Amino acid sequence: MTAMAVGQSGVIAEIQGREGIRRRLAALGLRVGGRITKESRHFHGPVTVRLGRTNLGIGQGMAAKVIVEVDP
Amino acid sequence: MKKILLMGNPNVGKSVVFSRLTGVQVISANYPGTTVEFTRGYMMLGGEKIEVIDVPGTYTLQPTCRAEEVACEMLNEATKSALQEASVIINVVDATNLERNLYLTLELMEQEIPVVVALNIWDDAKHQGIHINVDKLAAWLGVPVVPIVGLTGEGFVKLIAETYRSRTPKVRPHNREERWADIGKLIAEIQHIEHRHHTFWEWLQDRTIHPWTGLPIALLMAYLSFKVIRLIGEGLITYLADPFFETIWRPLLTWLSVLLGGGGIVHDLLIGKLINGQIDFVQSFGVLSTAVYIEFAMVLPYLIAFYLLLGVLEDSGYLPRVAVLLDGLLHKLGLHGFAIVPTFLGLGCNVPGIMATRIFEDKRERFITSTLISIGVPCAALQAMIIGILGAHGGRAIATVYLALALTWVVLGMLLNRLVPGFSPELLIEIPPYRLPPWRLMLRKLWWRVKGFLKEALPVIMVGVLVVNLLYLIGLFEMIVNFAAPVLVGVWGLPKEALTAIVIGFLRKDVAVGMLVPLNLTVKQLIVACTVLAMSFPCIATFVVLWKELGWQDLVKASVIMIVSALLVGGLMNIIL
Repeated sequence: MTAMAVGQSGVIAEIQGREGIRRRLAALGLRVGGRITKESRHFHGPVTVRLGRTNLGIGQGMAAKVIVEVDP
Repeated sequence: MKKILLMGNPNVGKSVVFSRLTGVQVISANYPGTTVEFTRGYMMLGGEKIEVIDVPGTYTLQPTCRAEEVACEMLNEATKSALQEASVIINVVDATNLERNLYLTLELMEQEIPVVVALNIWDDAKHQGIHINVDKLAAWLGVPVVPIVGLTGEGFVKLIAETYRSRTPKVRPHNREERWADIGKLIAEIQHIEHRHHTFWEWLQDRTIHPWTGLPIALLMAYLSFKVIRLIGEGLITYLADPFFETIWRPLLTWLSVLLGGGGIVHDLLIGKLINGQIDFVQSFGVLSTAVYIEFAMVLPYLIAFYLLLGVLEDSGYLPRVAVLLDGLLHKLGLHGFAIVPTFLGLGCNVPGIMATRIFEDKRERFITSTLISIGVPCAALQAMIIGILGAHGGRAIATVYLALALTWVVLGMLLNRLVPGFSPELLIEIPPYRLPPWRLMLRKLWWRVKGFLKEALPVIMVGVLVVNLLYLIGLFEMIVNFAAPVLVGVWGLPKEALTAIVIGFLRKDVAVGMLVPLNLTVKQLIVACTVLAMSFPCIATFVVLWKELGWQDLVKASVIMIVSALLVGGLMNIIL
């Protein structure tokens, strides 16, 4: 998710990391198979993504654990 | 039925629904986590008195922070009583974001308790071209589903009727994957979204979140906010408060003063000392003169201005964007971006600011945020007095105090980040859509906050002024002052009389600043005294809330940090300025 360009969309292929983090992300709707669009990136800061009708701000470390299959 | 629990995701309008059901006003805002502790109210239904509880928002029944734990505890308690059909859950759902909201709905349906789904924000959903087949949804879930609009009250009659008829759904426990799979199938069947062109709000959403445009906009907003607060505050003082005190209150008090013979103990307690034969609203220091004047003519106008602006910022949905923009910066202080929300609330009053740290999942972060608020964030009452008193000496004097506090906030944050074990957790927040603040709701919120302030502050300030006068009379202040004077006079360069003000700062900071006026301090001394007052012991209310929220061990730590910071910064300013 961190490597995506702003404006790119894709499907979440994998979420790494501890169960706790996965649970928190899942609670907000971020789960394998979900479609996201990257909205912005911040220097030393979070990325923001759009997922369905939700906008999320996600810290870099967490975002790096979300592996996204980017649309061709 | 005895009890209704309002449950749902954060920021779906539970508090607005609660206010409408019970008539009890609670603070709501357009960002997740406004309600951090539950609120209780009552409504009459068919001759029965029913308890309604506004439960903190939660995304799931597996809690990830303190506010969510509260939500789960409340639910567990209710499920026990549900065995006797005594409790019902109204699951408030954001109709514009059905998919994510349904996860909690499915979890709630597996609990042994009757559920009614309230599809809130129904009007926005329609405007956004979201079509939801309500009957199909209700049939699939097996519980009543009622579209409502919390802000206008649309659908509430039906909601209440359905609540009365609700039954416990019989659903076997599912796991996470099964629930999401169910939601996927369900959404495909019952929801249809028209494609709409980008609206102005979506354009604004883009501009305010991208760093290159967002940061300059945030700076501009901060500058404008300050300007607007001063404009409104000063306007209220010049055209409303001062005329009232001069034309109505002064003649009344003068009459009373003459009646009391112009002196004596009762006169000095109520009216205070006459300055050149006249009542001086700031310097006389009587319960009816200075106490009332400080509260109504110096503090209240700015407080109204601040809370009006805070209401707009809260309800528009701008604050979470600032949180994202500042996240990188705040991580250096051991915080994450959302710490900006409690800090902002702290600028009004430290107490709700510290309460708001409950949305953080991590104790370390709560400690750092709370400590920084109580030391580096002056409340609106204190700021009003600082501006009122230093304003006469020009903008630079005021700016110096703010700069000193801001620097302390940053440096202390960096230090705490190094010294407190652990690391700051990462930001993970939902960014709500922009909404035009509903002005009726905002005015009510403003009124509620102002009323709360007057109820809390007015008795304390009157008693405070009374106590100060009494302590002067019996000479106890002399003792305190003589005891602490050598150190403090040396370090801060203040006359020893100023120390009484700092002691009173523990009771109320605004009165304390008022006490500096008769001392004829130099500008430099005023700057140092204001800064030290802002940083040193928080007022008693903040102290109690720190204790309740953090426990006494952390309170002691925070207090030590406070005293050391005040000594150091005050001392440094005494040397540098």
